[in-house]
Amino acid sequence: MLQMNDRGIRYIDEYRDKVLIRKLVGLIRDSAHSGYTFMEVCGGHTAAIHRFGIPSLLPPGIKLISGPGCPVCVTGQTIIDKAVAYSRKQGFIIATFGDLMRVPGSLSALEKEKAAGADVRVVFSGLEALEIAKANPGRNIIFPGIGFETTAPGTAVTVKKANDAGLRNFFLLCSHKVMPPAMDSIINDGVNLDGFICPGHVAAITGSSVFEFIPGKYGLGCVIAGFEPVDLLQSVYMLVKQVNERSQSVEIQYTRAVTKKGNLLAKQLMKEVFEPCDSYWRGFGIIPLSGLRLRKEFECFDAEKVFPVKTAREVENQSCLCGEILRGLKTPSDCPLFSGVCNPLNPVGACMVSEEGTCNTHYKYAQ
Amino acid sequence: MAEVSTGGAVFRACIGLIDVPEVGEYILLHAGFAIQRISEEEAAETLELLREIKDASNE
Amino acid sequence: MNEIITLNHGSGYRLTHELIRDVFAKTFGMEGPLTDSAILGEQGYLLAFTTDAYVIDPLFFPGGDIGKLAVCGTVNDLAVSGAVPQNISASFIIEEGFPIDDLRKIVLSMAAEAIKAGVKIVTGDTKVVGRGKCDKLFITTSGTGLVAGEFAHISTAKNVKTGDRLIINGPVGNHAVAVLGARHEIEFRSQVTSDCAPLNSMISSVLAGCKSIHFMRDLTRGGLAVVLNELASMTGSNIVINEESVPVDDAVRGLCEILGFDPLYLANEGKVLIVAGGEEYEEVLDIMRKSPEGRDSEVIGEITAKKDGKVVLNALTGGKRILGVPSGLQLPRIC
Repeated sequence: MLQMNDRGIRYIDEYRDKVLIRKLVGLIRDSAHSGYTFMEVCGGHTAAIHRFGIPSLLPPGIKLISGPGCPVCVTGQTIIDKAVAYSRKQGFIIATFGDLMRVPGSLSALEKEKAAGADVRVVFSGLEALEIAKANPGRNIIFPGIGFETTAPGTAVTVKKANDAGLRNFFLLCSHKVMPPAMDSIINDGVNLDGFICPGHVAAITGSSVFEFIPGKYGLGCVIAGFEPVDLLQSVYMLVKQVNERSQSVEIQYTRAVTKKGNLLAKQLMKEVFEPCDSYWRGFGIIPLSGLRLRKEFECFDAEKVFPVKTAREVENQSCLCGEILRGLKTPSDCPLFSGVCNPLNPVGACMVSEEGTCNTHYKYAQ
Repeated sequence: MAEVSTGGAVFRACIGLIDVPEVGEYILLHAGFAIQRISEEEAAETLELLREIKDASNE
Repeated sequence: MNEIITLNHGSGYRLTHELIRDVFAKTFGMEGPLTDSAILGEQGYLLAFTTDAYVIDPLFFPGGDIGKLAVCGTVNDLAVSGAVPQNISASFIIEEGFPIDDLRKIVLSMAAEAIKAGVKIVTGDTKVVGRGKCDKLFITTSGTGLVAGEFAHISTAKNVKTGDRLIINGPVGNHAVAVLGARHEIEFRSQVTSDCAPLNSMISSVLAGCKSIHFMRDLTRGGLAVVLNELASMTGSNIVINEESVPVDDAVRGLCEILGFDPLYLANEGKVLIVAGGEEYEEVLDIMRKSPEGRDSEVIGEITAKKDGKVVLNALTGGKRILGVPSGLQLPRIC
């Protein structure tokens, strides 16, 4: 067995150096001579920003807002309804990422179905779902594939391995999405932003070039950021400079993991297994070519094709402001449902559903 | 498959998405897959730059 | 005797008596006739009384087993209330088909822990249920101990005041990680063992040596963050915690980084939060560090003058955030 280390405590601690953090905060304060609004579009960034208390470190003129970066938040209820329907079928096992367990569909959630006796299991990787399929030849295993370009390559590998092993009882309920079309859609619809903190792990796969349309078409700056406090603060500093100097471009702060071209092998595997399709984003509606579906050659692994189920039409609560919140146009406190009808135990919209959603975070952490 | 350690917690990771890494190398782990190798040179460069910021601000 | 429990062992007839005599009574050192209840008492003190059920899966994990958990859990519930734990009852619900060898191991573990903690298991009960009617083994323990009048306020927190310091006796999250690893739902390996241990000896040294212990509570399922919020809620006080001071083992930290868990919310079985007066906390720390269960004790925060009942975390970055209470179980996340 090869032994390697991941980011590890080693590549974490240097990027949490308190003195360095203080200096970066000082640099930001000195350069920020007006108001700035930057949007991040990554659940991991939303979590890191709150966990490290970044808003409390930045000068009051700098606002960080959360866009649709949490795949859980933007997963429509149709996928949940389908997963719930499969979980109620005799002999089916749902092997899902933990993130999906509490997402509400139109009538139920996977967590509720599990409590009622359905065989719903949390997996950490698509490969674990494959193992479950191999260990249970008499049952059908459904793996809901959610996540952006960071996660889709892993699913591609999983589907290929299922194919190589000749598995006939493993199925993907595909709900993967890709980021750039959603960012394009947000800006196109009208946002009040000065730049983007771009998702570091998505970019590790796609390469930085996929974000070049943002400064190119819209004149907004982008910095691709890592996930430690030093990464985030350095990225904010770089964005402030871009605005001040009117030098909007795509810059990579997360150079230790991101290059212009990205991970060619991962991109090739994704292309082999998936093709682009239109996709429904909770709070946005359908965004063209923003999703991934299995190519014809892999159709036998497509849960929706092999086991078609009827589900209710996507219906969103009219009072729910998630769409505007995800675009950075409104805040949770603007929403009439916030913290009353809509709360972490009974989430109505996307922003309350996930632990990293804007409203969920606001509910737990805002002073 | 390879073994990956974070502070002593050891996970298994599929390395099918990257070029075969060497023992002792650092990778990005996501949902059971190694999705990218960490560039030691780039990391060293960033940290050096950051150290300069740190020291410069001391003056 | 047969190698597995059968429904006959729960019948109340001969096999039941043999089981109680040979597996339970002998190991727990119960002498004399076994009666319905154990009469206990002493004058001039208050009696602390607690009960808990243990249904952990798996039954055996690195650092302990369900029996050790049961004894330590009840001993600790008494000790943090200012009581000297004395007597424990133990009732067992056993699933048909359970190996008696495993039962012996667990009962021996309980006896060993009881000796370590200086308590006696004085009464108990046993029932057998059909296959599938319970998950292998459930244990319920109750315990009593005497509380000196001067310590009766400790569990109420009514003497907690501004400037008090919060102390924890060692790193958090180890029990949760040890059990997670033993469950094999998530594939990982680590050397982390449960911190399950009786804390009464350390606590009685603290109470003997210090006059200003204002609150104690043991950390269990919800972790440190939940106990902090409970304290903030009981007192209406604002609590400030320094993230860098909270001890967390590297392997626990590593696992949390990968799975998206927060160690402040993970389960513990050998940790106590002690709130000590501002003038005395250094002595408290010294005494705790002399005990094996308190070797890595640290001051993690303080009670501040603000009265908003919030728990504020000074993050390791120098920033701040509120430490709230999540709605449900932490689930491993990818996003």
